[in-house]
Amino acid sequence: MPSLIETRGLTAFYGDFQALFGVDIRLEPGETIAVIGANGAGKSTLMRSVSGLIVNRHEMILHRGEPIGALAAPDVMRRGIALVPEGRKLFASLTVEENLKVGACGRQGDGPWTLETIYDLFPILKERRRNPATALSGGQQQMVAIGRALMSNPQILLCDEISLGLAPVVIKDIYAAFSKIRATGAAIVIVEQDIAQALKVADRVYCMMEGRITLSGCPRDLDRADIHAAYFGAEPHELH
Amino acid sequence: MSFIDTLLQGILLGGLYALFAAGLSLVFGIMRLVNLAHGDLIVLAAFLILLIVSTLGLDPFLAAVVAAPLMFGLGWLLQYYLLNRTLGKDILPPLLVTFGLSIVIQNGLLESFTADSRRISANAMETASVDFGGISAGVMPLVTFVSSVLVIVALNQLIYRTSLGRAFRATSDDVVTATLMGIRPNSIFAIATGTAMMIVTVAALYLGMRANFDPTAGPARLIYAFEAVIIGGLGSLWGTLAGGIILGVAQTVGAAINPEWQILAGHIAFLLVLLFRPRGLFPRAMD
Repeated sequence: MPSLIETRGLTAFYGDFQALFGVDIRLEPGETIAVIGANGAGKSTLMRSVSGLIVNRHEMILHRGEPIGALAAPDVMRRGIALVPEGRKLFASLTVEENLKVGACGRQGDGPWTLETIYDLFPILKERRRNPATALSGGQQQMVAIGRALMSNPQILLCDEISLGLAPVVIKDIYAAFSKIRATGAAIVIVEQDIAQALKVADRVYCMMEGRITLSGCPRDLDRADIHAAYFGAEPHELH
Repeated sequence: MSFIDTLLQGILLGGLYALFAAGLSLVFGIMRLVNLAHGDLIVLAAFLILLIVSTLGLDPFLAAVVAAPLMFGLGWLLQYYLLNRTLGKDILPPLLVTFGLSIVIQNGLLESFTADSRRISANAMETASVDFGGISAGVMPLVTFVSSVLVIVALNQLIYRTSLGRAFRATSDDVVTATLMGIRPNSIFAIATGTAMMIVTVAALYLGMRANFDPTAGPARLIYAFEAVIIGGLGSLWGTLAGGIILGVAQTVGAAINPEWQILAGHIAFLLVLLFRPRGLFPRAMD
């Protein structure tokens, strides 16, 4: 049984700058994994590669055992892989509801998510559905971005830095929605700088530094000192 | 009375300019592409309608119905295989390519249809008029104006009420994020240009029935279209209609004072708007 997503020696470049150096990750059906790491560790590049925003060598990324590395984003999304992009990237001239509907453009077949179920998940969005998406608070905008990705009924939901710049109480609300999303059977990849948050929700964690995976495992098996070293590249005692 | 008459004729003429401009406005609004061959494509469509009228013996309006899907196809192919390759951060390639296209179309038409000036005959409708309590308005200008309003209503419905319209606006906002939604921008752009070419067909129908045209008539149409879009403000279709009307009224008022001033008066009105409202009267686009 092949993994839902597997990357094999994934490398990625921005021009001459190499951002990923042979990254291997796996995502199994129904699983939630977290990718943690500091700024510039390559987490977003990894998400952009998997979602097709960066085109890679075809066999470097596998979806259910089939190579998808060289597919463009619209084709990746049609295979049931949706990205909630860093910085939300809502469509400014569309209302909240129109943003959600655009998310259904690449929808294939039926699934649990419709406008109604998204509004059940985030009731505030129903109240504000006629507002321009960018008139909402940061947390509400993040809900729109997640709802928009869900509208395609993805089997795999990639979430890039969804808690960035949000108040802790808002982050709690947003993460509360993830148990419902998991209950539909979707596999989730969460990219986080907030280690505590990531360890709380994830079945497995990958830690990245400078374009490489430096640590991986189940949250309960990982030692804080190891995470610290994998995250910052330094032994804790060296920091004093 | 004669002033009201002049005003009415100007408003109705504005309908024709709005038709010239609507396709340009749509394409610019969605992909920030300034199509310098727009006027020549209008003339090309006029020759196509003329060809259908003369070979199939159809009524001009029916001929336009036949021509519209052909022009959609031409626009689709042109955008998908040529103009999409020019889009990017640099604004120069699309300008250069469409400028070249303009020359190609003019010379192609010259080779195929000679330099003779042509006209699409609309028979009795050309001279028919209706009376509004002492002021007469030609049926042709009235039909043109009503058509331009209908085209803009239909375009607004398309853009604000359909899923294709949502995809247009989303792609216009952010191409990269649109691809994450499963939207293929190259197809969206091709459909947009195809749609613009259907509007161009409507514009060509009235251009050909109201006045003479020849293979070199395009650039002047482009200038009027341009001025209507800029006066109205980028990204607003009703603004484009308003821009067309302002241009039309300025031209007829100028012509009423002195026939030599017709064209000049339109350009002066355009410059005045640029001077006092550099972003046009009803701008929507923020960039």
